[in-house]
Amino acid sequence: MRRRDFLMAGSALGATLALGAAPVRATPAEAREAIANVTRGAPVQPGRVTLDLPPLVENGNSVPLSIRVDSPMTATDYVKAVHVFVEKNPQPFVASFHLGPRAGLASVSTRIRLADSQTVTAVCEMSDGSFWSGSADSVVTLAACTEST
Amino acid sequence: MASALIKVPASARRGQVIQIKALISHVMETGYRHDSMGAVIPRDIVRRFVCSYNGEEVFRVEMHPAIAANPYFAFNTVATDSGTLVFTWSGDNGFTATESARITVE
Repeated sequence: MRRRDFLMAGSALGATLALGAAPVRATPAEAREAIANVTRGAPVQPGRVTLDLPPLVENGNSVPLSIRVDSPMTATDYVKAVHVFVEKNPQPFVASFHLGPRAGLASVSTRIRLADSQTVTAVCEMSDGSFWSGSADSVVTLAACTEST
Repeated sequence: MASALIKVPASARRGQVIQIKALISHVMETGYRHDSMGAVIPRDIVRRFVCSYNGEEVFRVEMHPAIAANPYFAFNTVATDSGTLVFTWSGDNGFTATESARITVE
């Protein structure tokens, strides 16, 4: 009996340690909330935004991401901003790109960090106040951000 | 001093859409990592990148820790006039860096 108690106490302690060490993660709900903050409650329609993200990523520390928005980019009809969100990084925000009619072509590329296999969502704000979104999934083998040095 | 790499075409036709690439060396420490003693490594990231064309802002990025180390951006702008493109980065711990490039528009 004593040995069993000891083992159980040990495993409980192990579980506590494992939980304590678990990295903080945003949730899909937090990502939706972050999107709602940006759109100030305006409806987000799917479409017009294309994400180019590798479907399988070996190293989450640097993942190439390209976003293209279907827009004529004229003085009266252009993309104002593109906001990028993730659902399983410690924070739902990745970046906000502010464009304007002078961009000529609504296309941006960067490199991001992915802490887990997840969906990346881009929400695009048009000059007429409408919001459009697109997303892409990626499977990550080596996670970024939260590992120790 | 951080080193930056900028790629801007040296010349362009008026009205042509040109692609600009900008990269700056920076660790982009997320603030979510721990050192060997278990202490949190404080956040140290570039928060903002601005590109202005003859004084007018044409592209701006607000960054969060999910931007990879050595932030890289590729974007487009319309070549309107000959002049200077100024690139400015600013971030945590008073980080600032500025680069510029000349462009000739025919």
